[in-house]
Amino acid sequence: MKNKEKPTVVWFQAITCNGNTHSLLSANSNRLELFFDSFNLIYHPSLTIDKSLDDILNSNSKIDFLLVEGSISNNKKFFQISNNSTYNHLTKLIKKATYVISVGSCASFGGIHAMFKEHVGVKSVKEYFDKTLLKHQIINLGGCPVHPEWLLQTMFLLKDYGRIALDNEGRPKELYSSLVHHGCTRNEYFEWKVEGEFGTKEGCLFYDQGCRGPMTHGSCNKILWNDVSSKTRAGMPCVGCTEPTFPRDDMLNTKKNIGIPFEVPLGIPKRAYLSITGVAKTFKIDRLNKKLMD
Amino acid sequence: MENALKLFSQKGFYNTTIPDIAKAMKMSVGNMYNYFSSKEELAKYAIKYSTNILALELREINNMEISSKEKVSIFVNKYLENVQKSPEVIEYFLRVYLSNREVFKQGCEGFLCVGEFVTEVMILLDTGAQNKEFREQEFFPAFAMIMGCLGGFAFLSGEKVLDKDLLEYSDAVADNIYRALKYEE
Ligand code: SF4
Repeated sequence: MKNKEKPTVVWFQAITCNGNTHSLLSANSNRLELFFDSFNLIYHPSLTIDKSLDDILNSNSKIDFLLVEGSISNNKKFFQISNNSTYNHLTKLIKKATYVISVGSCASFGGIHAMFKEHVGVKSVKEYFDKTLLKHQIINLGGCPVHPEWLLQTMFLLKDYGRIALDNEGRPKELYSSLVHHGCTRNEYFEWKVEGEFGTKEGCLFYDQGCRGPMTHGSCNKILWNDVSSKTRAGMPCVGCTEPTFPRDDMLNTKKNIGIPFEVPLGIPKRAYLSITGVAKTFKIDRLNKKLMD
Repeated sequence: MENALKLFSQKGFYNTTIPDIAKAMKMSVGNMYNYFSSKEELAKYAIKYSTNILALELREINNMEISSKEKVSIFVNKYLENVQKSPEVIEYFLRVYLSNREVFKQGCEGFLCVGEFVTEVMILLDTGAQNKEFREQEFFPAFAMIMGCLGGFAFLSGEKVLDKDLLEYSDAVADNIYRALKYEE
């Protein structure tokens, strides 16, 4: 990790549960190795590394990639690291950085910590630092936690090409332009309105279990977790963790009016959705109502 | 098309022949076959045609900026007006579509031929529930409450057992439907 050619990376942890760190460490081992071979991670509070946060703060060296995990607060009484608020630390760090990447939902959108009204001043990185002059605007990698591969792809893309296209929420389009619904193995059940249950292989989790796949941007079902699975593949509804609206109340329940979903898939007018699904629901397709395996 | 509906609902599906219909539609039998390959096809087209009349009316009502209670009341009124003015439209549904399911089994499965109308009923219910005017319940009981009630009234009218003019019942029917759907604290 001492190679000067490699871009330097600082991982700053603010108000967080550590989930994104765990996620990174669970990355495909070849890819993680490639990451450590290609970047110089000079600071991470959970890893054994020579430097302390103070060393980084007091040094004049530039940081190529500043990765932020967790939401930010300017209130020292509420949360502090080394006798200072996360906001003050980040103000210093951001000035040194070329790229700032918010890793996970808390850093990107405030996440669960910003949800409570008592948590005044707990915000996302972008809410505090949007006006900061950076070479690149702050990149939001929504996800609770973020998929390790999304972080790695973003880093490699910036390292090699210096830029990345972002959507309106500051998320890389490459990773967040399609919906979690894409690539879900339950699509056929969705089409024919066959309801599913938690943990089973059959049925769609949109109708009762609150699946947000059709309204959530992310590639969970295209870039699989641990290379093999995803929430919906395993029978757990998508909870929409990549969106600024996460977390919502009552996430495992589909809000309905008279049996009609309150929200319909993104970009489809409700009347059109109802007219198609109303027809589809009246079909009984034996194959889809049977167990895949007895 | 109304003439075809009339014939079907008066004589029944099986007793109506293509020449009868061609005659009623002032067409030659040959020309008739240019449009519909069989009596079954014509019957399917007719059900789409008749329910689309209702769908369009209900869509207009759904697009109005009024309470759901008022929507129910206007819709019931329009429906009963249809029963009175063009009984063939409703009778076709009751006497042909509902009683000859085998004819519609292929190509009109489920809601396929009546989808537009069912969609409008869904929108009516959905909007009402979203505005907390209707209570939360399952779709089919709510749907059957509206349509069963209206169908029943059309039947009573067709059987000529009602002692008053059909439209005089409009408010009472609408009120019953509204009460069955209404939001409860
Ligand atoms: S389970 Fe969710 S993501 Fe999968 S098909 Fe159903 S709605 Fe889409």
